[in-house]
Amino acid sequence: MSTTTVETSATVSGPNSAAASVRRRGEPSPAGRFASHGVLIAASLIAFFPVAWLIYLSLGPDEDDYLHPGGIWSKMSFANYSFVLQHTGFFDWLKSSLIVSLGTTVIGVMIAATTGYAVSRMRFPGYRKFMWVLLVTQMFPVAVLMVPMYQILSDLQLIDSYLGLVLVYCSTAVPYCAWLLKGYFDTIPFEIDEAGRVDGLTPFGTFARLILPLAKPGLAVAAFYSFLTAFGEVAFASTFMLSDTKYTFAVGLQTFVSEHDAQRNLMAATAVLIAIPVSAFFYLVQKNLVTGLTAGGTKG
Amino acid sequence: MTVAIDRATGKRHGDRAPRPGLGGRLKHSYQKHWYAYAMIAPVAIVLGVLVLYPLVYGLYLTLTDANSLNTARTIGVNHIDATYKFIGLDNYKDILFGPTSYDRFWSHFIWTIAWTAICVALHYTIGLGLALLLNQKLRGRTFYRLILILPWAVPTFVTVFGWRFMLADGGIINIALDALRLPQPDWLESTFWQRFAAIMVNTWCGVPFMMVSLLGGLQSIDASLYEAAEMDGATAWQRFRYVTLPGLRSVSSTVVLLGIIWTFNQFAVIFLLFGNTAPDAQILVTWAYYLGFGQQPRDFAQSAAYGILLLAILIVFTSFYRRWLNRNDQQLAI
Repeated sequence: MSTTTVETSATVSGPNSAAASVRRRGEPSPAGRFASHGVLIAASLIAFFPVAWLIYLSLGPDEDDYLHPGGIWSKMSFANYSFVLQHTGFFDWLKSSLIVSLGTTVIGVMIAATTGYAVSRMRFPGYRKFMWVLLVTQMFPVAVLMVPMYQILSDLQLIDSYLGLVLVYCSTAVPYCAWLLKGYFDTIPFEIDEAGRVDGLTPFGTFARLILPLAKPGLAVAAFYSFLTAFGEVAFASTFMLSDTKYTFAVGLQTFVSEHDAQRNLMAATAVLIAIPVSAFFYLVQKNLVTGLTAGGTKG
Repeated sequence: MTVAIDRATGKRHGDRAPRPGLGGRLKHSYQKHWYAYAMIAPVAIVLGVLVLYPLVYGLYLTLTDANSLNTARTIGVNHIDATYKFIGLDNYKDILFGPTSYDRFWSHFIWTIAWTAICVALHYTIGLGLALLLNQKLRGRTFYRLILILPWAVPTFVTVFGWRFMLADGGIINIALDALRLPQPDWLESTFWQRFAAIMVNTWCGVPFMMVSLLGGLQSIDASLYEAAEMDGATAWQRFRYVTLPGLRSVSSTVVLLGIIWTFNQFAVIFLLFGNTAPDAQILVTWAYYLGFGQQPRDFAQSAAYGILLLAILIVFTSFYRRWLNRNDQQLAI
């Protein structure tokens, strides 16, 4: 669909068409513009609808309302929301989600920062092997570490504890942060390091006093990314957290649908309550997030 | 991009003088590089403890017949010691060639490959199409962009449940299909439609990342290249084929690799859409999880063996991918 639109927009904007002198490059013709808007509106609706539908369903008070969506209009209420906030473990889940995600973020960024700098600036024997290890760790399937981690954490009595989950998440967050930070450090001019060196700073001093303050946006991106990943992780959280006061949101949300009973209305309300702050957070940082992710990608 | 550092990729060959023997070399390298080693030490230690040790332990478990009945466990105050025994490569043999191995491994393997290929192809083409549209000077394109990244902004575990409501038997999608007089498939019950639904949901979730990365790539292509192409009389298709696509190559090779790894490992979508039902729609990752944690007794050894096999598949694939890129004179960015 995309190519057609581009073709329409460009056939008219060829160099010998009269309109081309008026229109500037990159501005599509009226027909092309119309088609582009059409496709984009359709795509936006598809992107938006499932989320909007969830919000709409969350307003219907009965658990089977999703089967008769028309009926929700007449009896719309916030009853689900007040029930979720007052009578479920919502705040427990919020607490555990925040503890685990923030813990992962802090540890991940702190540990990864010096490494990101080292692999960005220094070449040492074993460099390529080390980078290869960082890359491979990021593609570990859930299944590889889950079984041994479960055994090890059981031995250490760390199943069903926040620390255990944080440690598990760090196994992916740390290498990922190191990659991301390397991408960011690469964009900081090397001359700054040299200036520091000339003024008598050790590599550690250069890093701590000159580069780290400049790298705050990069650190923020790495932090956001670790936070969002840890917040949304499902597999480990579902397996390792056993008591319902320690569930993260990803696990807590599943408890509404059991074999016997499906409280879909409450589930929808909880989902909306989770989604609003997280998406707001995402939108606040998305510009940086995107530049950060592609900076690592395009400039390596 | 103004950085004048010598990247690892730039000086791979012949930048070292011939060196003395091992001892002297180690000493020299220690004196010269101890800063670097001190700086990577934290990550190296963390990876050693949190990744390498479990990996080795997991590898050992795959050579045993460990399951939840014979591993060490504590029930109440009683501690029961592990009684599983070493059985060599039997687990791998059983998974790959044992009786019913087609149903247990190969059918999931084929489905996983198909799932990865279809999803990544859809992510990439739709993402590229939308990125091209958004790269024009259009009124409201910031607004479109913000709406279009919504599936990425909302956590997957939330949106998948939204989809589950929509795809349920009497859900909105079937109501709409009914109104259009179209057949209403039972999305969450029959194998084909389960797979179809899984691909649909995952495509919906994964397009925004591709779109945004490719849009960044498009914006970094020098506009004068298009001008030159236009002066030479290139048609829109030729400009797309010979300016846009080559300009996107480095971004593309990175996001496609990331997309393949992420989709291959995609756990949340399938697990939350079907739970432990739908054995035929499980990809290898969720199937390995089912073996290890979704059934009783839990088969730890086989689950871990699946994990190792999956990792092997990914490593082999990535190595070939890198080699293939290098042959085409491209460096993989990540």
